[in-house]
Amino acid sequence: MRTTNGTIAAVPPPMRSGRMRAALRGRGGAVATLPLVGPAVVLLLIWSLVPLAMTLWFSFRRYNLLNPMIHGFAGWNNYRFLFEDPALLSSLIVTVVLVGAVLAITVGLGAVLAAVFETGFPGRGIARVLMISPFFVMPTVSALIWKNLLMNPVNGLFAWILRSVGLPTFDWFASAPLTSIILIVSWEWLPFAFLILMTSLQSLEEEVIEAARLDGAGPVAMFRYIQVPHLGRSISVVVMIETIFLLGIFAEIYVTTAGGPGVATTNLAFLIYQRALLAFNVGSASAAGVISIVLANVVAIFLINTVAKRLDV
Amino acid sequence: MKPRDKQFHPVAAAVAWLATLVMFFPIFWMVLASFKTETQAIETPPVFIFHPTLQNYHDIFVRADYPLFAWNSVVISLVATAIMLVVAVPASFAMAFYPTKRTRGTLLWMLSTKMLPAVGVLVPIYLIAKDAGLLDSRIALILIYMLSNLPIGVWMLFTFFRETPKAIIEQSRIDGAGVWDSIVHVLLPLGLPGIASTALLSIILCWNEAFWSLNLSAHDAAPLTAFIASFSAPEGLFWAKLSAAATLATVPILLFGWFSQRQLVRGLTFGAVK
Repeated sequence: MRTTNGTIAAVPPPMRSGRMRAALRGRGGAVATLPLVGPAVVLLLIWSLVPLAMTLWFSFRRYNLLNPMIHGFAGWNNYRFLFEDPALLSSLIVTVVLVGAVLAITVGLGAVLAAVFETGFPGRGIARVLMISPFFVMPTVSALIWKNLLMNPVNGLFAWILRSVGLPTFDWFASAPLTSIILIVSWEWLPFAFLILMTSLQSLEEEVIEAARLDGAGPVAMFRYIQVPHLGRSISVVVMIETIFLLGIFAEIYVTTAGGPGVATTNLAFLIYQRALLAFNVGSASAAGVISIVLANVVAIFLINTVAKRLDV
Repeated sequence: MKPRDKQFHPVAAAVAWLATLVMFFPIFWMVLASFKTETQAIETPPVFIFHPTLQNYHDIFVRADYPLFAWNSVVISLVATAIMLVVAVPASFAMAFYPTKRTRGTLLWMLSTKMLPAVGVLVPIYLIAKDAGLLDSRIALILIYMLSNLPIGVWMLFTFFRETPKAIIEQSRIDGAGVWDSIVHVLLPLGLPGIASTALLSIILCWNEAFWSLNLSAHDAAPLTAFIASFSAPEGLFWAKLSAAATLATVPILLFGWFSQRQLVRGLTFGAVK
């Protein structure tokens, strides 16, 4: 049984069921929830606190895996060097542009396509399944298929299309490296935005649509004044979840440009990888790691608040 | 959702199918290329009609050690998912049926651990794995995947279990069943669809994970994500073989994804969109 706000009425809130539960405990034995919840809590505590504390600790240390002679307390030096390094600012800009552009493309197109799919047309079920398929392709596969089969400047499909309409061919990863990565990542994430927004549109009440239709609303007006306002909450969820994942985009860059040319596609995630596993500078990588955690937390606070409103425990 | 009496718009249908074909085309093109010879794969203008060959698949199996990587992917995804479920089912059972005043806070805190970016803790995890001798071992990846999917698992199971009538669980308890009996004999059969969906989503996420697998595995423990990444070296670039390997890595999980698309919404949005 569902109440109007979508929560489940069959489960009474804890206060009201308190007496009933007390009675149950007497007969079936007490339900000790701690041993049931405990393992999950302890594991997640270790998983979230230990690496976090170590990252913070290392970020104030002089620590290079290649040179054990370098050690000791670094104070704020790792942070100072990092902030003086033009690579950090550049990686932050790349990160923000990548996240912003992919969000704009996926949410914009996702909302329009969700509305289009809501109209109903022949083969809608099959189209939907095909539409969301890119989301299930592993990032390394997507990136390599796009980079080679589609975007190769000589033998790629796009080059052939450009040639056949008489345009000069275009070396995607040399001339527009960040745009190319934005294109690939958008292809991967558009299905997610589309699926969530379509699910949300399906919960729009029939009466509202009918009323708007009777008032003479065309498809565009319907989208603008009925569907988009209804999507507000889902869009914020899509934006926040995508942001969390997009801040850490790594594999697509790793297999296509390796951060280049120069630092054109080095985002914060790739910079940390370069510092830590290519330059073995643990101190500097950890300082950059702390910055990425701060960045993600700003987003996370909004997400948690959004979900918290929905959670009726 | 019940189907609606929808009006048919030709323009909308055309737009929808065009978008669908554009979105699916790269996957179709990859599968097609996997049945071409290397020469046909790089030919311009592109070849659409050709005599399909299985040579690439043969080469992948015989020369490229594909079975080892595939086996790693299977073992890591399944074991990580199984352990995750063993930890998550009791926790979400307790929180769904016997909530306390701390339940809400616990759930939100679990969600917050998912927000810790992997890159932020790359250094300590790498060093711990190195000191423990777990670099390039399946154990490290299994542990990490289990832990990073645990919050999603608890949330999904929690939202599923809350839709299970509590009276059935209580009846079994009145009949004298212990907590574990209730979980094993009452909750598991009742909640099987929800548990299966959670498992499916977890397997998909493990299978496609490409940050820890690229950074913590080299060869012995490398799953398919890392195997495919090895094709990025320019000298090793054979499009038809790349396509065959990519197809083999994609098809099983694509089928899983088609089955679990509805649960995906619930799992990845932590129930915030229904």
